[in-house]
Amino acid sequence: MGILQCIKMAFRSIKSNKLRSCLTMLGIIIGVSSVIVLVSMAQGSTTNVTNQINQLGTNLLTVNTFGTDLALTQDKIDQLSKLNGVKAVAPVVSGRVTVKEDRTSSQQSVLATTPDYSSVRNVNVSEGRFITDLDIEYRQKIAVLGSDTAATLFSGNDPVGQNILVNGTSFKVVGVLASKGSSLGSSGDDVVIVPLSTGERLLKQTDINQVYLQGKNENQMDFVQAEVEAKLASMFPNNTDSYTVSNQKDLMDTMSSVTESMTLMLGGIAGISLLVGGIGIMNIMLVSVSERTKEIGIRKAIGAKRRDVLLQFLIESTVLSSMGGIIGIIFGLCLGKILSSAFNMTLSYSSSIMFMAFLFSLAVGVVFGVFPANKASKLNPIQALRYE
Amino acid sequence: MSTPIIQIKNLMKTYKIGGETVHALNNVSLEIKKGEFLAIIGPSGSGKSTLMNMLGCLDRPDSGEYLLEGKNIGKMNDNQLASIRNQKIGFIFQNFNLLTKLTALENVELPLLYAGVSAKIRRETAMESLKKVGLADRAAHLPTQLSGGQQQRVAIARALAANPSILLADEPTGALDSRTSKEIMEIMQELNEIGNTIILITHDLTIAKQARRMVSIQDGQLQENGGELLGHFAMH
Repeated sequence: MGILQCIKMAFRSIKSNKLRSCLTMLGIIIGVSSVIVLVSMAQGSTTNVTNQINQLGTNLLTVNTFGTDLALTQDKIDQLSKLNGVKAVAPVVSGRVTVKEDRTSSQQSVLATTPDYSSVRNVNVSEGRFITDLDIEYRQKIAVLGSDTAATLFSGNDPVGQNILVNGTSFKVVGVLASKGSSLGSSGDDVVIVPLSTGERLLKQTDINQVYLQGKNENQMDFVQAEVEAKLASMFPNNTDSYTVSNQKDLMDTMSSVTESMTLMLGGIAGISLLVGGIGIMNIMLVSVSERTKEIGIRKAIGAKRRDVLLQFLIESTVLSSMGGIIGIIFGLCLGKILSSAFNMTLSYSSSIMFMAFLFSLAVGVVFGVFPANKASKLNPIQALRYE
Repeated sequence: MSTPIIQIKNLMKTYKIGGETVHALNNVSLEIKKGEFLAIIGPSGSGKSTLMNMLGCLDRPDSGEYLLEGKNIGKMNDNQLASIRNQKIGFIFQNFNLLTKLTALENVELPLLYAGVSAKIRRETAMESLKKVGLADRAAHLPTQLSGGQQQRVAIARALAANPSILLADEPTGALDSRTSKEIMEIMQELNEIGNTIILITHDLTIAKQARRMVSIQDGQLQENGGELLGHFAMH
């Protein structure tokens, strides 16, 4: 007997027991849709975190030193920038200042840096321009505002070309940064960026204790980090505890291992519900086999082989579970849409997960169908015929 | 009518029921020729059902030989028996044993389905078979929408569908009233006249008498022409 005929027969028997079939499928539907929703949620947060980390700059190394003894002089920064695999460096002096515009006054963090900061930290201006080398050379009193700072001080008016008072000194606003949103708790939009030379004066601090380095290639980052560490060790012998080099990749790895285990955990929990659904299928198939003992007897008497009966019941359970799988995928997608719009969550669907969930539901049907189907196929036709 | 269709020699079958050995079939020998209409008569517990299971290839003997068209049934495995049942034997049961969720036509198609016949030929052959029992117009009906007599006719059509060597009827009129019983027996007679070999198993002498040849079974032993048993039945 052909498979197609078996599938037809399976649909028929599922149709003849609609309520029961639906309830049986419900287990698989819930299982598959929860796998899809939960895994999409976990993957959504993974993408979110990855994006946030990438917003901080790509292939980023941060060098921090502590204390005036360990200040990074221009000479040392140049040495670091000449290392293999380093694309750009951006030294930073930071502090807090009072910024005043007309009658609005607020405390802001200020960053004094070089033009390369823009590419190293992946910040772009939405209006005006960023700091240039000339600004540093001539100690220009200019400032680039973060989008939130601009909104606070100018409340919607165009700040470019206007003047602000930073700790009492007049600065001209030349640009506004594009909003990056808050990432990992710190907002990149609440900032005033000034040229390094100007900032050193403003903050009365000539020691540079922080440098951002951008690597040329993502795969070389570990090597570049080792290089930088070796260089620092030669610059500051016997002071290895007084500086740190942190790799953005480390952060990324930590975060991704967290989200990965979250994905696994959520997927696992949902997988258990699929398993429970599978047991439901087995239960119903066993009931079905004993209900249809007479039918099996008749079929065997008129020539059904063991294989025919086995296939009939196996295909029935597989059809049941895979139908549940398909409905579950559709249901999961709908539920995901509702959840993501209702709770403003990022969900990332992957077709591979849907495919996996479907395959798993199919496998559940086969695995939990084998036992009842085998039981049916082994029935003795004489006894089965006598069964009422 | 040269070689018999069925040759049974010294067939033995014993069951153990509660520690007691029952000889359901005790040294049974029987030959059935092609085109015969044989009735096997016996009271309940006589070994009649065991013999019918044996003849229908649903069971294997403990010892002895059963040749169906020269093939030794006793040595076959379950799958081989299934295909023998499919191709050589048409079952007609007392309570019809139709699949209630399938239409009359689909029920008749069933043996052809297991024989691997293609859908189109299956449909045609099954329809042909239904015509033989005069139910072509009821092809799309479910068994529950048919009367008892009609259901049994569908069952006969199903038995005929795969063009088997023998028709094995187990109390075919047992669940029917006397008028429909007569109808069914007439169909059996007609089928025999056009060349079908029929084995009829019954406990009812009036039904058995309509066959051309009669054997009786009691305590697992077979007697030609009913023998003493016939007299025994006649008294009741």
